[in-house]
Order: sequence, then C-alpha cells, then structure tokens
Amino acid sequence: MALIDLANPTRFLALVARALPWLAAATALAFACGLYLSWFTAPDDYQQGATVKIMFVHVPNAWLAMGVWTVMSIASIGTLVWRHPLADVAAKAAAPLGAAFTFLALFTGALWGRPMWGTYWVWDARLTSVLVLFLMYLGIIALWRTVDDPSRAGRAAAILTLVGAVNLPIIKFSVDWWNTLHQPASVIRLGGPAIHPAILTPLLTMALAFGLLFVTLHLAAMRNEILRRRVRAMGLMQAHAAQGA
Amino acid sequence: MTALAALLVRDMRLAVRIGGGALMGVLFFLIVVTLTPFAIGPDLVLLKRIGPAILWIGALLASLLALDRLFAADHEDGSLDLLLMGSAPLELTVLTKALAHWITTGLPLVIATPLLGLFLNLEPQAIGAVALTLLAGTPALTCIGLIGAALSVALRRGGLLLPVLVLPLTVPVLIFGVAASNAAITGSGFGAPFMILCALTLGSLVLGPLAAGAALRQGVE
Repeated sequence: MALIDLANPTRFLALVARALPWLAAATALAFACGLYLSWFTAPDDYQQGATVKIMFVHVPNAWLAMGVWTVMSIASIGTLVWRHPLADVAAKAAAPLGAAFTFLALFTGALWGRPMWGTYWVWDARLTSVLVLFLMYLGIIALWRTVDDPSRAGRAAAILTLVGAVNLPIIKFSVDWWNTLHQPASVIRLGGPAIHPAILTPLLTMALAFGLLFVTLHLAAMRNEILRRRVRAMGLMQAHAAQGA
Repeated sequence: MTALAALLVRDMRLAVRIGGGALMGVLFFLIVVTLTPFAIGPDLVLLKRIGPAILWIGALLASLLALDRLFAADHEDGSLDLLLMGSAPLELTVLTKALAHWITTGLPLVIATPLLGLFLNLEPQAIGAVALTLLAGTPALTCIGLIGAALSVALRRGGLLLPVLVLPLTVPVLIFGVAASNAAITGSGFGAPFMILCALTLGSLVLGPLAAGAALRQGVE
C-alpha cells in the first residue's frame, strides 16, 4: 500500500481501526517486558544505586523528544511539497505528544539530578538545549491554536517546524559551546563506564515500548483530529444551510 | 530595483512618521537598562560585569517591539497584496522591508549603546565591543523576527504569539553576541565568537526572507 492510498481519510480511518488494538497490545507487552527487565534483571549501578533505573524512562523520552520533531519535519515537507492531506493532521497530532515526551525527559532528568548532582536543575548544555526544544514545541502548539482555519494553520506550522529543524542543530551547537566556555571541567557527565548488555537490553526494550506508545497515541490522535475536522465541517455546513433557509 | 528602493524609502518614512519609530525602540532600550539596576542594586562592579548581557537582552527585546506591525499594517490596508503581486521576487521585497525595519529599529539601538554603556560603568573598549557585536548581530534578530512577523500576519493575537515563536530561535545570536563582547573585555579570543556571530547573521539573512516569503504566500489568500 503506497502512502498516497492513505490520502483518503476514510481508508486511513479503517486502517487505524484495524491496527490500533494490535498496536496497543504490542505497546502493553513491550512495557511489561521492559519494566520487568528494568526492575528485576538490570543491576544497580555501583555508584548510583537504584536511581540509575530512572535512565530506563529518561533516555527513551529524550530520544523521542528529538524523534518527534523529525516526524513533524517530514510531515511538514509532506504538507508544503506534496500537499498530502493527512500530513498536517500528522504534524498537528505529533506536536503535543512531542511536548509531553520532552517534558517527561526534563522532569525525570530533574528527579534523577536531585540525588546524583544534588540539584534539580543545572544549566548544563544538554539540559538547556532540551529546554529550548520544549519551548519550541510550545510555540508550535500555540501557533496551531491561534489560527482557526486548520489548513492555513497547517502550512504556517509546517514552515515554523522546518525553520526549527534547521535551527535546532545550530542551537544545540551554540549551547554546547556556551557551556564549555563557562564551565570547562563539568562534573555533570553521564558517560561513566561503557554500557553493559545487562543495562542495554532493558534500555532498548523500554525505548521500543515508548516508541510503540508514540505510534499508538499518534495514530489515535490523528483519528481524533480527522473526526474533529469532520465535525467542524458539518457544523459549518449546518450554519450555511440555516443562513440560506 | 527602483520598486525596491521606493519600498525602502516608503517603509522608513512610515516608521519615522508613525508611532515614534526609531525613538520608541531606543526609549524602551533605555528603560530596560534603567530598570535593571533597580532590580539588582546599584553595585557598579556587578553592573560592569553583566553590562554586556544587559545591553544584549535590552536590544533583543527592543528589536522585537515593532515587528508585529511589520506585515500586519500592510495586510490591513491592502498594500501587502500589491507587494505579493509585484514583479520583484517576494524574498527580495521581504528583505527590503527587513532592511528598512533594521535601519529604523536596529541601527538606533547600536547608536544608543555607547551612552547606555556609560550607565553600566563599562570601559570604552567594552562599549566598543558591545556596539560592534550589536551592529553585527541585530540584522540576524530582525531576520529571525521576520519569520514570526510573516507567520502571525493575519492573526488578531499576533503581538503576543510573535515573541513566543521567535525568542527561542534567537538563542545562538544571544550566546555568541555576549560571548564576543565578554571576550573583548577579558582580552581572550574575540575573533572566533565574533565570526560565528557574523556567520549566524549571514545565515539568517538567507533563511529569514525565504521562510517569511513562504509564510506570506501561504498565509494571505
């Protein structure tokens, strides 16, 4: 099935209706495996103790924080170049999810930082650039909410998303440079020993689980958005009919 | 070419005659710089240390002031439609408007910097450094702001949305602007951050008009 076949929202909705239960089940299964592995088989770190297990939630969220922007950028190209009718639906549905994953990455990072570094927040390069990413997600959501016509909002948000995609590496680079300028010998480094398979397996399982969670929620949110637009179109038609009568 | 020149003259004339133009931005800049010592105390040593940062923050906020009217005013009176239909490439038209905006908003901030630097107890060399980095950096701020102005052209609440969209994108300019100023003051490697600042300005001179042009084409139908 080509991507263009999915341009028909009815066909897309049928596919989502068929796929969603399986995806939800796969997500639940992956979370069950991942949580079991992280709680019971992954060893405690010799320095950090049990708090190292925050990593199994924190790292997948951080990966998704960046991954969702990539999804939004691809969808934006779909909106601007191919005018794919579902591309802006995909971009709109992804933005709040990306913001949520970014927030969770920051939040779990803060919870992890408190016992490890003795503070909830430091102006570390990595934290700061994720914070800027979070602000940009909020900007995109604000733009979606300010423009009331969905297709116009979609194109505006697509342009902003692509501008962000160009700028995010520059911001990341500048913030890295800024931080190394101010604190040459940073104590905050996550490197430590190379990752042992006993830690890597649960981590990758949890990453898979969060990835599946994103796909499931994204498809569900796209379905809701399509239905919401139908309701809106029906409301407009009704208003027109009432005016004509 | 003559059309672009006419547009430049028209925009500058409008900016000077309506709404105080250049003076309003400088006045805002002055107020921000005046308020800071009230917040952190009249400590001249501290002010000297964070002076470049205060000047940069003030200039960043002041350069955003008039941005929301950049295209919105033209949209309301219909001249934006004429610009869109004109024979000149839209990107060049947008760049011309950005130039006019910078001359009436950014350049006065740079000119006012030496006076405000005195308030913050900066050395002559530091004042020169801040003024130079602002001269190199404010065009980037204008061009990045251009994108936000074009995106929010037809919005009723555009004035509030614009800083939210634009300010995160200005992080690199702020970082390298302040870093170059501080490097000049401490005498350590002014060249590298200043050149990156110039590179950011050149990059946004390309990206800003392109994205703003696309946004205007999409937004106004």
